Amino acid sequence: MKPPPFEYLDPRTAAEAISLLQQHEGEAKILAGGQSLMPLLNMRMARPGILIDLAKVTELNYVRAANGGLAIGAMTTKRSIEDSELVQKRQPLLHAATLLVAHPQIRNRGTLGGSMAHADPAAEYPAVAIALDAEFRVLGPRGERSISARDFFVTYLTTALEPAEVLTEVRLPALSERSGWSFIELARRHGDFALAGVAATLDLERGGQCSSARIVLFGIGPTALRVEEAEQSLIGERPSESLFQQAAKKASEAIDEPLSDIHASGEYRRHLARVLTRRALTEAATRARA
Amino acid sequence: MTTTRQIRLTVNGMTYEGRAEPRTTLVDFLRAELGLTGTHVGCEHGVCGACTIIVNGQSVRSCLMLAVQADGASLMTVEGLGDGKLHPIQEAFMEEHGLQCGFCTPGFLMATYELLQQNQDPSDEEIKDALGGQICRCTGYQAIFRSVRLAAAKLKTAEA
Repeated sequence: MKPPPFEYLDPRTAAEAISLLQQHEGEAKILAGGQSLMPLLNMRMARPGILIDLAKVTELNYVRAANGGLAIGAMTTKRSIEDSELVQKRQPLLHAATLLVAHPQIRNRGTLGGSMAHADPAAEYPAVAIALDAEFRVLGPRGERSISARDFFVTYLTTALEPAEVLTEVRLPALSERSGWSFIELARRHGDFALAGVAATLDLERGGQCSSARIVLFGIGPTALRVEEAEQSLIGERPSESLFQQAAKKASEAIDEPLSDIHASGEYRRHLARVLTRRALTEAATRARA
Repeated sequence: MTTTRQIRLTVNGMTYEGRAEPRTTLVDFLRAELGLTGTHVGCEHGVCGACTIIVNGQSVRSCLMLAVQADGASLMTVEGLGDGKLHPIQEAFMEEHGLQCGFCTPGFLMATYELLQQNQDPSDEEIKDALGGQICRCTGYQAIFRSVRLAAAKLKTAEA
């Protein structure tokens, strides 16, 4: 249980990190907060020749207001997000999800960018990003580009980042005034990876009809995923218990083959998708009305 | 063997210098290089909490940090809690039987230390959340909760 040998580089800027990545392509791996990569190193499931630590790239550590929403630097810790009044005020969905990420000691080190780039299908942050249509700002040898959340997560532990690219910022638009949200997960113990979870948002018109909806399931498939048929079934309708039950059923049926492992069977995860979706929609509707 | 690095860090108010291979975890450096064996190594993948220490004021898993990352940092380990005598948190754990075998205790003490630094009067829920990342296989946790409540009371009295 000791990491294999590697060389360690600690650049001071994102541009420097990218030139190092280019120089050592195929050999080097980025170290952000280390709360996922360090266990993989300790267990020797990852054996990079070189680690490029972003800990000293302080330019990537910030939470800023941007276009009514938020722009958060990739090296911002979950603890900073948890403690940020700006996050609590502008993006309560992100705040609620942060409190469900592991334990305080992990949140003190773990970063927003690290979680996104690691792309664990049971992690909270990718689900938040997809639910809110987040924009991923990425820096590479050919300059900066932007990737939408729906294109960023490709499959298990795999993102659209090119080998020499680094995630620098995540932009989260604000929810509208008439929007409600919910973030619910089921884990064996608080702080464990979720067996399944749901991030949902719901916009209600003045008349009470639903004008748009987002339902994102996580912990169930190879990435967090939107269930669009279930979302569509809500549009133009007034929130009701039976409406949400039907949408939840659609959501649970949208997954072809739910993840099945030692922690839970695929069928149980499908069941959870239905129950949690119904609860999440009910909670989001309550918040939208408030 | 990869290139070692010279590092300098403050632990419990004392400055230490040493050389570390990049792959050396902080907990191994503390124990093997600095001889500070109060911090325990449990699961080595961030799950059990036995290796919890304070780095720059925040509790962290010292098995999930590299020694080279602690260059320039200020650390506090369980050895830094008491100053010749037991710290009120340690007294509370002793009086309320917050430990049996003691393996997990350094981690619990440091997580409690961070909690009570930030929150003088934590609710039961806040205590559970703060200690949720620490595993104890002996006590069943109830005695630990009582210890933390008592520690909070002791620290408040000491301050008054």
